[in-house]
Amino acid sequence: MGGWGVVVGVLSGAVRGGTPFLLVSLGECLTEKSGKINLGLEGVLLMGAMSAYACAYKTGSPWVGVVAAALAGAILGAIHALLISRPRVNDIAAGIAMLIFGSGCAFYFGKPFIQPSAPQLPGIPLGGWSDVPQIQAALKISPLFIFGVAMAFVLQWFFRGTRWGMQVRAVGDSPAAARALGISVPRTRFFAIVLGSALGGIGGAHLSLFYPGAWTEAISSGQGLMAVALVIFARWNPVHCLWASLLFGGAQAVGPSLQAVGISTGYYLWNASPYVLTLLVMLFTCSTKRTLAGAPGALGASS
Amino acid sequence: MKKHFSSLLGAVLATGLLTSAPVASAADKVTMGFIYVGPKDDYGYNQAHAEGCAGVQKLPWVKGVEEASVPETTAVQETMRNMIVQDGATVVFPTSFGYFDPHILKLAKQNPKIQFLHCGGMYTEGKHPKNVGSYFGYIDEAVYVAGIVAGHETKSGKLGFIAAKPIPQVLRNINAFTLGARSVNPKATVQVIFTGDWSVPVKEAEAASSLINQGVDVLTCHVDSPKVILETAERRGIFVCGYHANGSKLAPKGYLTGAEWNWSKVYTDYAEMVKAGKTLAAGTIPHLVRGGLKEGFVKCSDYGPAVGEAAKKDAEAAKAKFMDGSMVIFKGPLKNNTGGDILPAGQEYKQQDIELEKMGWLVEGVLGSTKS
Repeated sequence: MGGWGVVVGVLSGAVRGGTPFLLVSLGECLTEKSGKINLGLEGVLLMGAMSAYACAYKTGSPWVGVVAAALAGAILGAIHALLISRPRVNDIAAGIAMLIFGSGCAFYFGKPFIQPSAPQLPGIPLGGWSDVPQIQAALKISPLFIFGVAMAFVLQWFFRGTRWGMQVRAVGDSPAAARALGISVPRTRFFAIVLGSALGGIGGAHLSLFYPGAWTEAISSGQGLMAVALVIFARWNPVHCLWASLLFGGAQAVGPSLQAVGISTGYYLWNASPYVLTLLVMLFTCSTKRTLAGAPGALGASS
Repeated sequence: MKKHFSSLLGAVLATGLLTSAPVASAADKVTMGFIYVGPKDDYGYNQAHAEGCAGVQKLPWVKGVEEASVPETTAVQETMRNMIVQDGATVVFPTSFGYFDPHILKLAKQNPKIQFLHCGGMYTEGKHPKNVGSYFGYIDEAVYVAGIVAGHETKSGKLGFIAAKPIPQVLRNINAFTLGARSVNPKATVQVIFTGDWSVPVKEAEAASSLINQGVDVLTCHVDSPKVILETAERRGIFVCGYHANGSKLAPKGYLTGAEWNWSKVYTDYAEMVKAGKTLAAGTIPHLVRGGLKEGFVKCSDYGPAVGEAAKKDAEAAKAKFMDGSMVIFKGPLKNNTGGDILPAGQEYKQQDIELEKMGWLVEGVLGSTKS
């Protein structure tokens, strides 16, 4: 397919590789909107991937795996939420502890599941119109991607048009004002963090049950942490998270696609492109006047 | 993070051993310690070594102690120390490349009576402690045989190789695979993708998809765990050759054959030598141990269902030549993939040739470059 192969590769890579970024960043977006940060999502991603794979293998149904991943994420999120609801507990420090705890648990419980093969989520074939096998393979979309896209728009609507969404934003922007309105700040944050982590766990299920479709200890390779950066770059806007995730997923596929057509110079540089991209976008969108436009007001405050 | 966690785990395990395990009667048993950089059942490098450990333990007088997922940091020194002091190991096999310098060298100086055997081959006489040795297998022989099968079974003539890094051991396998394929199918080409690291599953899957999209119909690889690549190939309905361990279960339809290590043979040899009272320091155990198909250090996986008679015949013929020692993989006239000469007609690099361990070129027929 030559040059078109690169285009198809990058576009399909954006969808396949972008899905975990999308789900984790939506989860983090929800969490941060409530005024707290959860850096433990890398651990949530690993725990989600492991639980999904293990449960799919044990029960024979990948969908049970997806539910298990969401539950595993929610449990880790609940621990984080309870920890940081205590006075003077720093959410960044607790998040790092949760990151190590989550990945440790996933490695420990995941040992017996490295070797077996678990049933995979069925891809939704949207490429039936084309006779080209490459396009058909590229358009075999993960059901979790469709779920992620839907969630991006649902969350957008949730924050702008629903009472609960407004409450989450109020808690994130000005906890004191929210309290004056009679909104329970700890309870709102608890739900935002638990649901956000559940989304992150589902992102892990995509890794182990769809693409690349295996459980290994190296499966996440920092994607959970990158997704946290991605939220900042998407300016806490769920629909922007979708575009940013696609960009990151596509950037991940650039190196291999170029090498497949014989362009191999600078592949280390191409492999680093998602990170370079983060730095560049941060640099260009940053200005002294509107540095943190869209950032929840209480984010990073220790109350 | 991972490092702290596993050293913590190591400490917990070590305390457990101290309190519960009876002290081994070291007089009649040989205790051997095995250390792996990743999990023991990764269908890859570590699994191959763990199978070797299981193999040598079939000897009733051998006791094997293992620890998996030990990072290439001071954590491995702690593991070696625990094995020597608490388990009474007299031989240790830290199997990962990065364990050697400085970790093995440091512990070897402190424990002159213990044999330190490292997989990969960096022992230098005079420079390193005398109780350090290295062993490795000429797996490129098995990779060459896999190349022959791949060359027969490809329809598009395009083969794909997913490699971690352009280092000599990896380049040697890429070249052997290409030469094997082109010995039966002179038009075949091998497209290489370097992922940049030993275990990056998402990038490996991405590389496999990209190659398949470009019409590659037989894939092989040199990464720590080929699992993702084998499964991706099977899902896309193309052929695949395994590496490190037998992966036929992961690709029941498309698995052709594969290059596997046979460490149980190597570890059994070492166990016999240690039992007979031989040591590296006295020179009775050789410092460099090498072998290929003939010596039983490496083997080929059984043929998969898709392999035809012609391919089997040529592959078996090549194997027979390796077994009687008459086969040379790298012989002239040999050109590199930028048109330059590597070897003129009539000259050859034998397996033991040190030039091969410094390899920095790709042979004609490989599409790719070693430049990063």
